[in-house]
Parts: sequence; structure tokens; C-alpha cells
Amino acid sequence: MKTIRFLITGVGGQGTILASDILAEVGLRLGYDAKKSDILGLAIRGGSVISHIIWGENVCAPMIDQGTADFYISFEWLEGLRRMAYTKPDTVVLANDWRIDPVAVSTGQAEYPAIATIQDIMKTQCKELHVIPATPMAVELGNAKVFNSIIMGRLSQLVGGDEDIWRSAIVDKLPQKVRELNVTAFNAGRALNA
Amino acid sequence: MKELLSGNEALARGALEAGIEIACGYPGTPSSEILETVAQYKEIYSEWSVNEKVAMDAAAGAAYSGRRAMVTTKQVGMNVLSDSLFYTAYTGAEAALVVITADDPGLFSSQNEQDNRHYAKLGKFPMLEPCNSQECKDFMKEAVRISEQFDTPVIIRTTMRTSHSKSVVELGEAAGYAGKQVGPFTRNMQKYNCMCTWARERHHVLERRLVDLEAFSDEWPGNAITWGDRKYGFIADGIMYEYVRQVFPNASILKLGMCYPLPKKLIRKFADGVENVIVVEELDPFIEEQVRAMGIDAQGKSIFPICGELLPEDIAEHCRKAGILNAPAPVIPQDAVQDLPLRSPLLCSGCPHRATFYNLSQMKLPVAGDIGCYNLGTLPPFNAQHTMGAMGASVGVLHGMGLSDLPEPAVCTIGDGTFFHAGVAPLLNMVHNKGKGTVIIMDNRTTAMTGHQDNPGIDKTLSNGPIEPVDIAGLCTACGVKKVLTVNAFDVAEVRRGLEECTAYDGVSVLITRGDCVFVSRSPKPALAVDADKCIACGKCIQSGCPSVVLSDTVHPKTKKRKARIESVTCIGCGVCSQICPVQAISRPETA
Repeated sequence: MKTIRFLITGVGGQGTILASDILAEVGLRLGYDAKKSDILGLAIRGGSVISHIIWGENVCAPMIDQGTADFYISFEWLEGLRRMAYTKPDTVVLANDWRIDPVAVSTGQAEYPAIATIQDIMKTQCKELHVIPATPMAVELGNAKVFNSIIMGRLSQLVGGDEDIWRSAIVDKLPQKVRELNVTAFNAGRALNA
Repeated sequence: MKELLSGNEALARGALEAGIEIACGYPGTPSSEILETVAQYKEIYSEWSVNEKVAMDAAAGAAYSGRRAMVTTKQVGMNVLSDSLFYTAYTGAEAALVVITADDPGLFSSQNEQDNRHYAKLGKFPMLEPCNSQECKDFMKEAVRISEQFDTPVIIRTTMRTSHSKSVVELGEAAGYAGKQVGPFTRNMQKYNCMCTWARERHHVLERRLVDLEAFSDEWPGNAITWGDRKYGFIADGIMYEYVRQVFPNASILKLGMCYPLPKKLIRKFADGVENVIVVEELDPFIEEQVRAMGIDAQGKSIFPICGELLPEDIAEHCRKAGILNAPAPVIPQDAVQDLPLRSPLLCSGCPHRATFYNLSQMKLPVAGDIGCYNLGTLPPFNAQHTMGAMGASVGVLHGMGLSDLPEPAVCTIGDGTFFHAGVAPLLNMVHNKGKGTVIIMDNRTTAMTGHQDNPGIDKTLSNGPIEPVDIAGLCTACGVKKVLTVNAFDVAEVRRGLEECTAYDGVSVLITRGDCVFVSRSPKPALAVDADKCIACGKCIQSGCPSVVLSDTVHPKTKKRKARIESVTCIGCGVCSQICPVQAISRPETA
């Protein structure tokens, strides 16, 4: 059984923990051993956050090493750039086309890197870059928070596995009132490549 | 049935399966989810105690009464509860008493990096260290068994990674809870009253118990050898075991699930079976020093650092440098990721602390800070908390500043939860000793940073229903404070007036800034918007440090400075930035 390593990078509050919960659960339901690790506490107040997810035959550590991610999921451009050390030449990158200015940028002390440059780096260093306008799509669906289910939809096509298993993990991990919207978002993510 | 659980969730599940009846704790990362999960089990009484020491005493009282009890704390909470922890080593109890400390190597959310394994040696307790979620659950049951077999409290130590990572757990049955009766309270003063004459005798009991526990440790299956390649043998405790078997899949490993007392016979057997003994442990050389004291030439901190988290890739790198590992390192792309803008955590959009920190930064007062979300007032753009050390320390530090004849009036910032935890006693001390200074109690009606747990200022408890909240102003008055003001935390001018009035007062004053945490009352108002024609690009609203207020691409024609813009996706319309704007350029859409 192949080992698949995922890294999710984003801004605290964007829902990386929920996304990693779902992704680990999908792995388990697809028949893998799965482990994951997140950062909780103060960092979730708008800080820089990452989540590690590993699927495999018999997973030891709940985190991945730098230079080993098979799938690198960026919820925000600057954070996507920040953790590129986790990628390798055959990494598949999924990037939410969304920018959140840190205070250092909004107070004029630092410049936000050009998004075109970030994309170039991702394309050059990795095998594939899939740019997904997930946050604007989610706003269109009525709730900006469901952007990560859109990304999960696209990810499910790239990783493979029964799409109903992916959907079932989303449904079971979310409260009743947002299930339908997240499934719609997941389907919208899959429709991107229809 | 199998489920993916975090270490914390698994510890809670273990409590259910082990028959824990009473669970007390104080929230603190990375431990908080243990009790939050326990609270979902109606079989167990659980409470957020006012602080860790109170939790420890309450659990001891329950265990003296014959109820299986547990305490949860983060690493520095052990310092708070240790005063009470140590007497329980002498007394033992009538039923199991388990203390869980969740340590934080790498300081993800702590003020210092401490290795709580030392508490086991200092207080002479058995200490268990699970390596994954399954062991978190299993060791909880083992802790109950060991506690009752040896009449001793048992400590379970996790780290942030064991607590917050998720792995597969096989669920078992809940213990039979129905209708357990306890007898009349045991009147055994020689055991449960640590009067010096009796405690002297109990010290001997404690030492004999340690000898018995060491023999137990040698036989306990949680400590186990896996033989493999004999050139290097690794001794690894807790999650270090998972890391070592990942980096060295074919190595000989002595896995330690109990780091105190150590299984010395097993360690000798292991050392005799390998050419080189390497101890892999995070933080201090706790095991290494004990192994070396046995006369075994073990290596540990000569290879691995003492500071910081030790990840599998770190273990691999240090072992490569030491010539122990030959496998090549993965190629790590390092291009173009240097000097990126930092992204520090910051007060949420709509946070009630914002107007206070904006005013404090404007008034340039010296501020003794405390532990909570409001420690983010330390960071730019506020730079307005100049000290921070421990829960409740701000009030005592303020008192010392007040004694020191500083040229400017001093204040301290402390949240409602932290005030109840350790702020009331130092406030009493200030009043009694005629101190001076302003205590700002930032009352957001929750223990916010750790995940919005209840505290005595809130109208609910963890598992015991609604309760009349404590009136903070009344409590301060009862402590003898003559100047107590309460202001609306979202009103920038009112907070300013309150600060001016309190800091002008000669004596102890309290300013309560009242405003609900955005997670407590989620009733977002429509997002505000900047009228670009009115905006003069002065940057004042940016100084509110709100994640929703950002620079726009529109430039002021004269100054060439960028105008402000509000991120409508995240703004919840608290209105603080609009009060700061000198030209009324920020308003609600309906009036814009």
C-alpha cells in the first residue's frame, strides 16, 4: 500500500483543522491507516498554520518531513509560499486563489509577494499547480467558509478513491445545518474539471 | 469499533472506560480538549475549576471519598497544582487519582519550555507517557489500575503532538457506573492528614512504594524491547518511539511507556544486547542521566538538542551528523521563501480588546500583561503589553511597579478568566498594602484563548447546568477597591475616559472593559465600508490592528499613500475602526 502525504497550509481561522480531520477520515474509510497533526491554541487567531495528514499501511509519526508532500494544499497565497519546503519535484499543488494581508503588510512594513511570482515558484518547483478560485466560489454559494469543501472536491479527483466515501466523510464531520451546503461545494469543486 | 481520535479525546475515552467518576481541570493548550470530551459523557462529573490547584484538591477530595478522580492541566498548570500534588504522594487515596499534564515542547502556546517529567522524580510519582492515541486510551486505564494497586497518584504526560495528533483507536466498553455507593468518609488521619509527625512516617511508605513501582516497571508491558539491528539501540519515551521507528525501521528499540520509575533491569538487558545505546528524548536528558547513573555509556544530548520540539526529520538530521544514519536527506526546496512577511496571530475582527489596546498604545502607558488572547496586544501595531510571565502575574507585577515610584502611571491587563484564576489574591494584596495602579479587567465573558470555556463570571458550568455569574465589579469592591469603573469595551472614547479617570486616581483602581468575545455572541452586524473619496490615507484605522482593515490599491493623490479598505468577508461590523477614523470615512453600507 502506497503512503500518501498531505500538507495543508493557511491562516488560522480558515478551517485547516476541519479540512485535515476530513482528509484523515477519508483515508481511514478508503482502507488506509491514517494520522494527522495540527497546531491549536493561540496560532488559530489569524496566525500561520499547517496541518499534516498521512495515509499509509502502518503510519508512525503523525507529521511529514520537509521535502516529502505528495499533495500540497494552499488555502492562502502567502502561506502557500511560506511552506514550500515541504514540497518535492513531483508534488501536486492545489492553491486557493485568495490573499489575506498580514498586519506587517497592512501597516506597510512589508510587501505582499506578487501572486504571479508565487505561482511561478509553485509551477517551477512542483509537478502540477491547480489554482482554484475557491473563496469567491464559496461566497457565491452563500458562505465563504465552505471554500475548503470546494478544494476537497478538486482534491478528490486528483487523489482518487470512491467519491461517495469523500462525500460521506464531509457529511459525518460537519454539523447538520451546513452539510448540504458543503456537499454542494464539494460537487462544485469536482465540476471544475468536468 | 475503530475511530480516529486525538490523544486528548482518547484520554477522555480512556477515562470513561476506566470508570473515572469525577474530572476537574483548568483549560490550557494543549490539554483543554480532554475535559471538553469528558463532559460529553454523562457518566462522569466534570468541571472547569477556578484554577489547577483547586482542581487538584477537588480531585484529591473525591478520591479520598472513594471516587475515581482525574485532573487535567497544561504544562505550566502543573506548577500551579504542584503544591497540592505533592501531598497526595504522601496520602495516596481510597480510589484512583490520575493527573494528566500536556506539555508543550516547542512552546506553541506557553510562556516557557519545561519538562514535566521532572515532577515525577521530584514528587516520586509513577509517570506514563503514551506514544499515540490508542495508548492514550489504554494508559488511562493502566493509570487507574496502577493508582489503586500502589495507593499512589499516577501522572500521565503527553506532549502537544500526542495530545493534538489524531490516530486510530479501538473503542472499548464504558465502565459499569450504575449505582456505585461510597461509604462514610474514611477517618484515617495518620494517612490523610499530613501533619509533620505522621508525614515523616509516610515518607518511608513513599520510598518503599517507589521500590515496588520500579519492579513493576520492569514487568509492565508498556515498556518493551523490539530487537532489530544491534549496532545502535534506541531508548525512546512517549511519541519519540513513533519517530524513532519511522527514522530507523530496522533498529533495536526500547520503548518506554513509563519514564519514572525506570525499568532498570530491562534497560540493562537492552544495553547488554546492543553495541551503542542512544537515548532519544525531547527537552531535558531526563532518561539519559538516569541511564548514565546506572553506569551505562548512553548518548543523548551529545547528539540531540535540549531546546525545542524534536521531530522525525530533526532526529534524522542529528543522527546523520553523528554518523548514526546513512540514508540520504530529502531534498528541500529553499528558493524564494526567505524574508517573507511574518504572519503573527492577531485579535479577531470584532474583538472587544481592540479599543482598549488602541487607547493604551496611544496613551503610551507601561502595561503589565497577562495570559490570554489579550497578550496579542503585545504585538504590532499596539506594542502595548510590556511584561508577561504567568497566570495572574500582571496584578502582582503592577503592584511592584506601583511601589517603585515610576514617572508614569502603570496599568495591568488581565482577562476575566485569568482574574478568577490567580488575579483576586494579588488584588487583595494591593489593597491591603496600600498599592497604586490600575487593574484593567478585560471581561469578554469567556476563557477565550483556550477555546471558550466557562469561568465563574459566566452563567453556565461544564456539566452542572446554569449558574448565577459572579459580579466582577462587586467582587473588586468587596476586595476593598474604592475606584471601580465599568465601560463598554467597543466604545473607544468611553474606554479612553475610563483609563484617564482610573490612572489619575491615587490608589488601587479597577477598570472593567465589558464586551463579549466574538465567539460568545455571534451576532455579526453588516460589514463596514470605507468611502474612498473621504479617506485621507492617514493610516489611523490600520492602527486598530484589525485583520479586516487593509490597505487598498487606491492611492491618495497628494501623499501617494494607500487608502484603507475593509474586507467585507471577515468584517463583523463592530465599529471600532469607524470611531478611530478622524474624517468619518468608515460607515455602515446603509448610511454610506
